Amino acid sequence: MSMHFIWLNAFLGHARRNGVRLRKPRRQPLEPALLYEVEAAGWGRVAATARRFGMRWADTWAVETEEGFLIQSLLEYRGDYLLLRTGQPLQGAVLESQAPAFPAALRVERAMRDLFGIDFSGEVDRRRWIRHQAWTAQCHPLRKEFPAHGSGESPVPPDLDYPFLQARGTGVVEIPVGPVHAGIIEPGHFRFQAVGEQILNLEERLGYLHRGVEKLAEGRDAISLARLAGRVSGDTTVAHAWAACQAMERAAGVQVPDRALFLRALLAERERIANHLGDIGAVCNDVGFAFAMSQFGRLRELWLRMNGRLFGHRLLMDRVVPGGVTIAPDQDAIDDLRQEAHWLRGELETLVRIVENTPSLQDRLIGTGILDRETALELGTLGYVARASGVRHDLRAESPCAPYDRLRVTVPVHETGDVADRLRVRADEINASLDLILQILNQLPEGPERAGWTPPPAGAEGLGLLEGWRGEVVAYVRFGGEGKVDRYHPRDPSVLNWPALERLVRGNIVPDFPVCNKSVNGSYAGHDL
Amino acid sequence: MKFWLLALLQTLLFITGAPLLAGWVRWFKARLANRRGPSPLQPYRDLAKLMRKQTVVAEGASWVFRGAPYIVFGSTLLVAVVVPLIAVHLPTAAIADVIVLVGFFALGRFFTALAALDIGTAFGGMGSSREMTVASLAEPAMLMAVFTLAVSAGTTNLSQAIDFTLHSGLVLRPSFLFAGAALLLVAIAETGRLPVDNPATHLELTMIHEAMVLEYSGHHLALIEWAAQIKLMAYAVLLANIFLPFGIAEDLSRTALAVGALSIAAKLAGLGLLLALLETVVAKMRLFQAPRFLGFAYLLGLLGMLSHIILEAG
Repeated sequence: MSMHFIWLNAFLGHARRNGVRLRKPRRQPLEPALLYEVEAAGWGRVAATARRFGMRWADTWAVETEEGFLIQSLLEYRGDYLLLRTGQPLQGAVLESQAPAFPAALRVERAMRDLFGIDFSGEVDRRRWIRHQAWTAQCHPLRKEFPAHGSGESPVPPDLDYPFLQARGTGVVEIPVGPVHAGIIEPGHFRFQAVGEQILNLEERLGYLHRGVEKLAEGRDAISLARLAGRVSGDTTVAHAWAACQAMERAAGVQVPDRALFLRALLAERERIANHLGDIGAVCNDVGFAFAMSQFGRLRELWLRMNGRLFGHRLLMDRVVPGGVTIAPDQDAIDDLRQEAHWLRGELETLVRIVENTPSLQDRLIGTGILDRETALELGTLGYVARASGVRHDLRAESPCAPYDRLRVTVPVHETGDVADRLRVRADEINASLDLILQILNQLPEGPERAGWTPPPAGAEGLGLLEGWRGEVVAYVRFGGEGKVDRYHPRDPSVLNWPALERLVRGNIVPDFPVCNKSVNGSYAGHDL
Repeated sequence: MKFWLLALLQTLLFITGAPLLAGWVRWFKARLANRRGPSPLQPYRDLAKLMRKQTVVAEGASWVFRGAPYIVFGSTLLVAVVVPLIAVHLPTAAIADVIVLVGFFALGRFFTALAALDIGTAFGGMGSSREMTVASLAEPAMLMAVFTLAVSAGTTNLSQAIDFTLHSGLVLRPSFLFAGAALLLVAIAETGRLPVDNPATHLELTMIHEAMVLEYSGHHLALIEWAAQIKLMAYAVLLANIFLPFGIAEDLSRTALAVGALSIAAKLAGLGLLLALLETVVAKMRLFQAPRFLGFAYLLGLLGMLSHIILEAG
């Protein structure tokens, strides 16, 4: 720990000079993040200071307690996490917005205004975000007083009057796309302002998949919460369940056996590989190269079948539980997994060579949808999207939780930030994950796969931080009485990658949008909760 | 009378065989990607299903939207009447020449585009504008290829042009090679195949032809799909019979007709394989590359014409 937070005093100095007082509470419940309390008046200024210092904004969320709201912002610098916390009264809560410093915070703050009624002041976008027409402007469904079964009408009336940003001029056209699409994908609305085929601006309208995950979490026990977390976004079930379990285990002080940690990493890497395989094929298919779709689809299918055969679930849902895992691979299974890793490496080499050597395909991918490094950093973009734009950010390498601290993690980075690079990063990451899987299988410790669960006292809280396949996954859990969950807040990496899509399609042509979108592949469910 | 009857039979064969060609291309494409793929007969089942399904018409659609499928199918049907499939010298071939043939295609396209604009959705307008961009470049290229043929054969009548190739034997004519290549490129663009358009995509924003017909359903959609299949077949038959007419029946004897039917089936199967192969190895090009692609087709047509004048005339 000695190398950690060596920058902290410098930052505190900056904050002090900007007139913000930060107070470190004696109790530090949210390891590995360092908790600091901030006075409410300095909420905007502390963000501005953090921005100038070069910190990355990761998330902001609110917790309703009997005394009032606790609002916390998670910031990261050089692999260390700083959690800023401030308080607000339950009625008439107003805070300075942090969005001027961190643009990605804007939608999160808009969602908090909709869901909690916490207002944010400053020169910011005051349109509703997550609230479509399911409830009125006076209803704040994440407040404790709001009934879990809802109060709105059913079916929800159409959302017709949302004020999109308009472009005016000769030849400017507006193209509405979605939320229902021609293919079988998640719902989301995209509003283009275009001149001819060239995109001037894209505005996303999400929230169609809001299921009230955070509300549904209230009152659950630990096992039930892990199941819910596994459904925040179906393709990230391992990472979200693991992050939630990590948070709960830290809150309860439960020690997870070594073997379980290694097996969790095994599952997480398998999830990463399955999704990357699917994505590479899908990106190629979006520019009419169906051959890659069939071939990568075949690899993904075989990979998932192995999951089904060895672990009992193709997508690995509910394999990660509080205290450990529910899988117990024997020696034969481990041999199979090892063999499969070598097999996939060979197959991948052949297919990646075909993809790289098809000029008509590369012509579509190279130079399309470029996200430059500055924009990626400004928006706090995560995962492969950031790594394709030259931002070397990977929790497994920078702030590794167990067992990654005992493994050799390679982080592939590319510089151009176009669709081709986002594809290359994925292909390289599959190889890196295969390498990790072999390391895990070689070092897999003996011992139990699961520890007993002891419910924590009321008020216990914990933070989960992981590198999911899309990037950093955050989970915050706070317990109420009887070991029941009082507040669960997951943050999918998509929250930070959706804004990047709006920026990277500018100047591209309308028919190139689908491939740009697929190359980012944000989760609608993970964003909408 | 016998000739007219045969012409009728040929047309029926043409339009009933068209879904099979489309299914064959799709099946072979699936095999090339290691997929099992639907049976080549699947397009028939799809058409039968669409015919039975309820037809939903957009609110505010005028007669243009309702009438377009019939006009499109009708004009494509006329193409099937005119293009010789298994026999030349049929009386129907005299109805129209190649230039009118191009006109039939243009008529169908015009109404498809109009119908897409009629209902006022964003995708319809987008598809129309893209289709017209492609068409305005494809038509001159096609006409240039056709003129090269006409100048060589001394006629714009299809039957007579085929007769000319048939009786001049296996002579390598540079003008025909150029014109054939030009027609091949135009055919790919006009029938909405890769790399110009992707017939299998579900992505609204990338579509050209499909974007125009997104709002169609039921028997309207069946007619439009069927017309598209006939169009693909028509281009394939044109390519096969103008440039490699060998085997086509010149009289009405049973053997001649059987040979004619078998040879065209073999040629179409071969062209289908070629198309499937092409669609497997290339990705779709960027929308704004299509003009270059068609400009190249036009250039080939022009080269054909020039090489005829320089090398073959006189």
